[in-house]
Amino acid sequence: MNSNEAPIIEVVDLVHQFGERTVLNDISFNVHRGETLVIMGGSGCGKSTLLRHMIGSMKPTSGSVKIFGEEIATMKEHEIGRVRQRFGMLFQSGALLASLTVGENVALPLFQHTHKSADEIEAIVKQKLEMVGLTGFEDLKPAEISGGMKKRVGLARALALDPELLFSDEPTSGLDPIMTAVVDQLTLKLARGSHMTAVVVSHDMTSAFRIATRMIMLGHGSIVAQGTPEEIRTSTNPEVHQFINGEADGPIPLNLSQDKHEDHQCVKPRPFALARYRFHHKIS
Amino acid sequence: MVFIGVRAAPMVALTAFSIGVTLAMQAAHSLKELGAEMYIPDLVMVTLLREMGPVLIAVIVIGRSGSAVAAELGTMKVSEEIEALEVMAINPVQYLVVPRFLAMLVMLPALTIFGNYIGVFGGWAVCTFALDFNTAGYVLRALQSADTWDLYSGMIKSGVFAWIVITIACNAGLHVEGGAEGVGQATTASVVQALLAMLVTNAVLTGIFFFAA
Repeated sequence: MNSNEAPIIEVVDLVHQFGERTVLNDISFNVHRGETLVIMGGSGCGKSTLLRHMIGSMKPTSGSVKIFGEEIATMKEHEIGRVRQRFGMLFQSGALLASLTVGENVALPLFQHTHKSADEIEAIVKQKLEMVGLTGFEDLKPAEISGGMKKRVGLARALALDPELLFSDEPTSGLDPIMTAVVDQLTLKLARGSHMTAVVVSHDMTSAFRIATRMIMLGHGSIVAQGTPEEIRTSTNPEVHQFINGEADGPIPLNLSQDKHEDHQCVKPRPFALARYRFHHKIS
Repeated sequence: MVFIGVRAAPMVALTAFSIGVTLAMQAAHSLKELGAEMYIPDLVMVTLLREMGPVLIAVIVIGRSGSAVAAELGTMKVSEEIEALEVMAINPVQYLVVPRFLAMLVMLPALTIFGNYIGVFGGWAVCTFALDFNTAGYVLRALQSADTWDLYSGMIKSGVFAWIVITIACNAGLHVEGGAEGVGQATTASVVQALLAMLVTNAVLTGIFFFAA
């Protein structure tokens, strides 16, 4: 890792509170050029909130988030726009515009931010769709394709401007194993070949270990562990061990109390049960 | 633009025609007692241009297009599309609101003019077929009674209504929270608010145009 160069992303002491609840607590990390950082953690641990801070759509309660060396947390909306043109973002659901076709969705950032001619844009759109294995789907509407396809179109759109930095929210959930491998290889190819930096939020451990150069595990809004995939794999931290091996028993609280659960299922004595029984069965 | 304007035309036509017919019949009923049936065209024309035209067409457009805009933007908001636009450094107001705003600002007055024609035609139908008017007489009276200010005041109203309707609809749509239920609430809210705001503004504008001077 080239640590002489300024980091692409620099998060320092990030804290975010929703009212009383602290969702992110003192998060600090750096991401350098060419790295692929995988952020993992259970549902509701603050992964998506952290991602939203990095793309500037949420403001931290305190702390700083720097993207390309620029403080994004205190930026005005039009300044953020300038930074946003340099990165791509893949949303969990794809977030395609339902009124546009697949091709128009991918072309949208090109039309908005470049001065390329319609022919050039068409060629780029074709090429990007080919990268995600969707050649020939240009003229379909998002409603006519499957969830996994939408996600791949979302990826093509995120890559339309050849970004230096790619954020992905669960890029492989809902994809079949083969498509997962294709998307992973694409991320790897871009990271190695074009020195693209990637930040990926993922549950999918197979995919995470395949693409990551570094991993962060979040729990209860704090960083539980971070390191290279090898360090994470051999970690002695019981929470990490439980998570990457997908075990139901372990130190991570699931917020479902076994005892309470049983309470609901137990048969409570019902008043008039006998009377009702007699009534229905006409027993006197 | 096509949705707000062109596809609303048949509905506008039917409404305006009914209004024209009703106005003429009501006028005939009341004016007969005064022996002033000759003023029926005047009444139809002026009422349509100044009040009924702009207000009723706005009611249709609120119900049809205002609600549609609120629901559409609301759905985009809950399905992360608005956020996606922002992250692509595309201003959602510029990309989504401005075209709808312009479409409404052009199409509502245009529909109002169209509705006015149809309404006057409805009045003519009653006068010619049920009362003893001939076409030329009706047209002449109608044209004589109205001056350009009647038309313009109606158009100004229509423009103001367009602004109110689309602002409320877009605002409701972009502030949706909480899934499909939120979209439903925002759509209802946009229709109710737009109707109230439009009717109150109409009263105020009528006051300003015809009594303040």
